[in-house]
Amino acid sequence: MLRAGGSLARLAGLLDAAAASTSGRGLLEGAAAAAAVRGSSIWQQAAAGQRSYAQLALAEAGSGGAAAAAAAALQQSILGGSTRRTGLVAVKVGMTQEWDAWGVRVPLTVLWVDDCQVVQVKTDEREGYTALQLGAGAKRPKQLRGSLRGHFEAAGVPLKRKVAEFRVTPDALLPVGHELRASHFVAGQFVDVAGTSIGKGFQGVMKRWGFAGQPASHGNSLAHRAAGSTGACQDPGKVFKGKKMPGRMGGERVTVQNCKVFRVDPVRNLLYVQGQVPGHKGNWVLVKDSVKKSAAQQPPLPVPTLLEAAAEVTVAPKSEGDPYAYRE
Amino acid sequence: MTKLQQLVQTIQSEIVKTELPDIRVGDLVRIGVSIQEGNKQRVQPFEGTVIAKHQAGVNTTVTVRKTLQGVGVERVFPVYAPCIANVQILRRAQVSRSKLYYLRNRTGKATRLKEKFETLPNVWVNQK
Repeated sequence: MLRAGGSLARLAGLLDAAAASTSGRGLLEGAAAAAAVRGSSIWQQAAAGQRSYAQLALAEAGSGGAAAAAAAALQQSILGGSTRRTGLVAVKVGMTQEWDAWGVRVPLTVLWVDDCQVVQVKTDEREGYTALQLGAGAKRPKQLRGSLRGHFEAAGVPLKRKVAEFRVTPDALLPVGHELRASHFVAGQFVDVAGTSIGKGFQGVMKRWGFAGQPASHGNSLAHRAAGSTGACQDPGKVFKGKKMPGRMGGERVTVQNCKVFRVDPVRNLLYVQGQVPGHKGNWVLVKDSVKKSAAQQPPLPVPTLLEAAAEVTVAPKSEGDPYAYRE
Repeated sequence: MTKLQQLVQTIQSEIVKTELPDIRVGDLVRIGVSIQEGNKQRVQPFEGTVIAKHQAGVNTTVTVRKTLQGVGVERVFPVYAPCIANVQILRRAQVSRSKLYYLRNRTGKATRLKEKFETLPNVWVNQK
């Protein structure tokens, strides 16, 4: 993404100190633009506040009963645990740190939500499952092959650099062209972040699998970091499949679960996630609601997403329990 | 430097305190650390010589050394942490090392540094 002219221009805009907080209105403007591009009636109705996206999306799909069900599901929100919201596609920017309200140092990874838009809505009727296909970043027309270009043009969204799909429940569907911003997530909630880990090359068993290695002395010769035995003798007469051996390490998809969202900056479209996130700086990562944290452990989440434009930076609330409290 | 690195720098510069004096290696400093005692907040000073500075943006730290009853005491302060209430620079010294670890092997008069007589900004010397 670093080579894309458009991306660089937008990043330069980010650097202009939050662009005087006017970009908070970007969501609404973007929404209007998307509606204009598609001439989407669903969008205009939703923007007028008549019905929720989910109801409209389902109504458009031609199932009136399901719309009522979706509305009911919307009421119970994510508390019931039945609603699954979409995630986001983001760029890993790098790491920094801050101090929380207690004065405890918090290591943070900064994620940039770069023009993340809905490209395709997958429904039970057509595809057999409900999901949202999201695109993020930007590409010039000559950089994209024909089929993908046609896909974007048919959807009426700008050409995207990265495409990813998130399975959602029908009440969390969003219309094509909807721009998802960092304010989709709430400061204080937990997210799972998936990305491609940094490639480590060909590594031995000690680094790759955490084997203990062998003694430094006592007659050991040239086998200090060797694996040792790989199995028994004539019975079974083979090395079992899946035996941990040296080989390529890293460069695979890794998900880090239960990362706390420390700060949400909707103006610059940045997410500050506590701790480490897989991959290099500049890599794409997929961020979604944590699957292992219950609703009681997190602040309420907007379903299907935050529709009004958020312009204020929010920080996770002060945690309970003094971390410096001295226990007798 | 890539644009992404610049973005991280911009973010860090927003939380870095700008009113702090320019702490250098060899300075005699008094660092006020705010500590919580029960429900009371008070500032505890720590006075000593800066023997090392670790320049790391928002995670910049200084190592301050002093001798207490013949025992060397060193403390590492993250200078931009909220618990650092104030920093006073009492004396500045002429040093030719970036890390003054050799002071650990010296005691008494040998730990003196060659003083650099320069007028420091008043706010650095007389912080609350």
